[in-house]
Amino acid sequence: MTKNNNYMHWKPATDDKGILWLHIDQKDASANVLCVSVLEELETILKDIKQNNLPSGVVFISDKKSGFIAGADIKEFTEIESVDAAVNHVKRGQRIMDEIAELKCPTVALIHGFCMGGGFELALACDYRIADDGSKTRMSLPEVQLGIHPGFGGTVRLPRLIGAPAAMDIMLTGKPINARKAIKLGMIDYAVPTRQLIPATHRIIMDHPPLHKPKRLQALTNHMLVRPLLKRMIIKNVAKKAKKAHYPAPYAIIDLWAKYFDDPKKMLEEEAKSEANLVIGETSKNLVRVFFLRETLKSLGKTNKGSMDFKHVHVIGAGVMGGDIAAWCALRGLHVTLQDRHEENIAKVMKRAHKLFSKKMRGDRLGVIDAMDRLMPDMKGLGIPKADIVIEAIIENIEAKQGLYKELEPVMKPTALLTTNTSSIPLEVLSEVLERPERLVGLHFFNPVAQMPLIEIVTADNTDKKIAEDTAAFAAKIDRLPLPVKSGPGFLVNRILMPYMLEAVRIHEEGVSANSIDKIALDFGMPMGPLTLADTVGLDICLSVAEILSKDLDVTVPESLRKMVNEGNLGVKSGSGFYKYNAGKKEKSETNDTNADQKLIQDRLIGRMVNESVACLRESVVANKEQLDAGVIFGTGFAPFRGGPLNYAQHEGYKAYQERLSKMEQSLGGGFKPDNGWEKLA
Amino acid sequence: MAKYNRKKSLSKPVFIVDGSRTPFLKARGKTGPFPAADLAVSAGQALMQRQKFKPEDIDEVIVGCVMPSADEANIARIIALRLGCGEEVPAWTVQRNCASGMQALDTAAANIASGRSNLILAGGVEAMSRAPVLLNNTMVDWLGDFSRAKSPIDKIKALTKLRGKHLKPIIGLIRGLTDPVVGLNMGQTAEILAHKFKISRHTMDEFSAQSHQRLAAAFDAGNMGEIETLYGANGKFYSEDDGLRRDSTPANLAKLKPVFDRKFGKVTAGNAAQVTDGAALLILASEKAVKEYDLPVIGKIVDSEWAGLSPSEMGLGPAHAMAPIMARNKLAIDDIDFWEINEAFAVQVLSCLEAWKDPDYCSKHLGLKKPLGQIPIEKLNVDGGGISIGHPVGASGARIVLHMLKVLERNNATRGMTSLCIGGGQGGAMLIERVTE
Repeated sequence: MTKNNNYMHWKPATDDKGILWLHIDQKDASANVLCVSVLEELETILKDIKQNNLPSGVVFISDKKSGFIAGADIKEFTEIESVDAAVNHVKRGQRIMDEIAELKCPTVALIHGFCMGGGFELALACDYRIADDGSKTRMSLPEVQLGIHPGFGGTVRLPRLIGAPAAMDIMLTGKPINARKAIKLGMIDYAVPTRQLIPATHRIIMDHPPLHKPKRLQALTNHMLVRPLLKRMIIKNVAKKAKKAHYPAPYAIIDLWAKYFDDPKKMLEEEAKSEANLVIGETSKNLVRVFFLRETLKSLGKTNKGSMDFKHVHVIGAGVMGGDIAAWCALRGLHVTLQDRHEENIAKVMKRAHKLFSKKMRGDRLGVIDAMDRLMPDMKGLGIPKADIVIEAIIENIEAKQGLYKELEPVMKPTALLTTNTSSIPLEVLSEVLERPERLVGLHFFNPVAQMPLIEIVTADNTDKKIAEDTAAFAAKIDRLPLPVKSGPGFLVNRILMPYMLEAVRIHEEGVSANSIDKIALDFGMPMGPLTLADTVGLDICLSVAEILSKDLDVTVPESLRKMVNEGNLGVKSGSGFYKYNAGKKEKSETNDTNADQKLIQDRLIGRMVNESVACLRESVVANKEQLDAGVIFGTGFAPFRGGPLNYAQHEGYKAYQERLSKMEQSLGGGFKPDNGWEKLA
Repeated sequence: MAKYNRKKSLSKPVFIVDGSRTPFLKARGKTGPFPAADLAVSAGQALMQRQKFKPEDIDEVIVGCVMPSADEANIARIIALRLGCGEEVPAWTVQRNCASGMQALDTAAANIASGRSNLILAGGVEAMSRAPVLLNNTMVDWLGDFSRAKSPIDKIKALTKLRGKHLKPIIGLIRGLTDPVVGLNMGQTAEILAHKFKISRHTMDEFSAQSHQRLAAAFDAGNMGEIETLYGANGKFYSEDDGLRRDSTPANLAKLKPVFDRKFGKVTAGNAAQVTDGAALLILASEKAVKEYDLPVIGKIVDSEWAGLSPSEMGLGPAHAMAPIMARNKLAIDDIDFWEINEAFAVQVLSCLEAWKDPDYCSKHLGLKKPLGQIPIEKLNVDGGGISIGHPVGASGARIVLHMLKVLERNNATRGMTSLCIGGGQGGAMLIERVTE
């Protein structure tokens, strides 16, 4: 085997059969990405292949344990300022992929672990794709989640390989595909166990079997007569999830395919243009920001890396939150003991957990059994002395919680974390009864636990910093995003969400239909209208949170909300709230107020959120602006393409937004009084 | 007969540390809510959680099971791995029909006594409601022909040969409860004993109603603490043996029709053990392990015995298995504080009592000059038995040993005798002593 080690990231080696193995092993990185220097080296290598003797085959293989290639370098993206620079960058990538595709010898991408974005586009440019059939293998084109689309020929090659419906699904959702699914779709040629990867590669290069072609029906979906029809159907589906004004990328993908499929050369060119426009667009900038915000929060869970090994979680309280927390922890591989006073509650959790596991591990019967075995009902609290972390999620009652802590503290391991999922009781009060009050940390999950990625890590002034960091590490361990917040009414997320929801109730009191209010919020980019959200959470819960907040903050509880709760209209669970529900499903309701000032309503809703965000920042509820935006996006689903409430205000202009609030204060009253924090921002 | 060859009981002390079981769930004609492995894992989880040692510290896992499902080959290994004992802890499954659970304990005791192991998780499990239903041989042969048929025409030809007789299933449970040598099912062997010892239908029904009353009283008094609630993925939970009929009376039971000697017999579903699903697990330890992990000891296994007799009178097994233990340990009936004789059939337990009182039987079959005498009914199965609790065949042997320890503790008593009859014509017995430190 001959080696050439003139490269930083690539290690080309030719074996005795004349096969050139291009090992990618990016320097000083845990995962390979297609950054400029990696691409430049690859360009040189390809040039070298063309000029010298053609090898009997070329194999792309990653030396990283984590996977093949994780995609493009997102950091480099943020540095691109102009359309021309973007076009140049994209075209270079396209050129390299074309050169791979045009090599006269068989080319193979040998895939294990992550194979994303540009990495998968490189695999698409090869003649054959062989993947490890293990559960870690994940292929995806997730560009759309960053507001862009595949730019290295992916939009051109994928529909040609597997037909439009599957290709569109992969590109429009960005969802990861495992090896089993990939072979079924035709994305890869072989899925084999790790031990067969190299033998399979040798055989394929020797035999070079015919290249994969889409099945007849798959190919038909790309036909020029079929495309317009199919396009309409796909757009209809996409429109349900993302508006074109907010998220242009998915529409661009569909357009490229519908307009240019018959001319691959032209299609590549258009792909580059379209991609370049998206890269420098506002949506992509904000979504990339959200990506990095996510990374920032993740990194907050890594400051104390390795200081604690979480294996066993003890959850007390098998209600909706406690039960879902327990199930989630078991799903993430932890051993969980779940304590409650009533067998009925635990039984309900076991059912929900089984449903969650079955959904998350589709078809993996043994995996589900394993997860169920990790979740152990524990009426007697046998898990307390063995747990590495105890999560209290019982009723919101000071005496009950304090009484429990007094029992827990002497039994728990001294090193174990003691956490509470309280959303309304100050930590200072709860921790009074502890020998070591500094050990209590808030671990505030959001409902539904399996869908909400954020956990607020709540600390009081006397909380031990190291313990709080360990708690954040626990959040990261169970794949959630830890956000450190200061103990105070509503912490961050509920405090910002509540004025927005109450404002919606107030507008509703003024006679605007719930439908219209919710639609305006959806048009802004919220994932769910505020009144639908209130109905879903339960109006009784909204009321109690609102009342708690109104003690310390400038929040007035609308009379109509109190009235609805008194009359037993609690939202989804009671069958009626702001909407009517039939078996948990919303019934159609009318929109009657076309005259309502839509812009004003939007400003009222969002203005309350933005103003409260500024107040939270001023009071240092969170460390900085980035963490605030991150918390609101991941905790409430706040329109991600707007980059968070403060980012949105900055985009609108701090000064201008402050003035807009002042104007609303004059006509609508106190709640809109610009917070003192605006001065500092402006 | 090799009856009295054994001179010595266990050569080293074998301690029982702890144990737990699931509620026993009555089979109701359909597949029960839990596979056998799930039952055993549920029984074992809480048991493991409250120990001072880790599951990995166990030396071996031995589980009795008569009919594991097709997915449960060597079910003990499945249970061990699922309880977190780790890959390096060996596990194996034992089968001695109705006494498989006791066989597991006896084998564990022998391994501890010989010094091969120090800490063993042992017990038994059975999901009788999930006993396999099999294809008959004509169907298996037909399938063989069908899969060999290559062309579509051959396939169709093969299909035309399929007849109703091919589809007649073999019910594994019924075959399992039928003696494979003499061809009698277990209920018929019970009828033989009823005839032999002249035990009336009324006596059987009285005994059975008492079993239910005793179990009900035990639950009400909180005397069934060894039961761990079962939670199903269906959102239901089970915390009591659900075959218990609190309203059971001899009069009610008298209404039931005989099941085995259909027209004129005496054995009914009401005076026989219930077909049930359940699991029971115990932790057995050597003196060394007790010291090393500072284990709280609740009792020890003093002696055990296995006996063989006519398969058609298998119900007398306990009489045959307990007698040598009594002799070897020089015990009279009064020296035993409590008795647990598994209630496979009311008549079978009553026949054992009769046999021990009968000078003829004792001399002819047990080699005794004098009959052993009357086992006091108030000391026998004090908290109910198989008739009220159920008899998941693999688990019962472990259940009675575990519950015996609870009974001894509650009554501040010392010595308990446990025994089962075994389909195929055997008896198993184990002498237990409570240990107070």
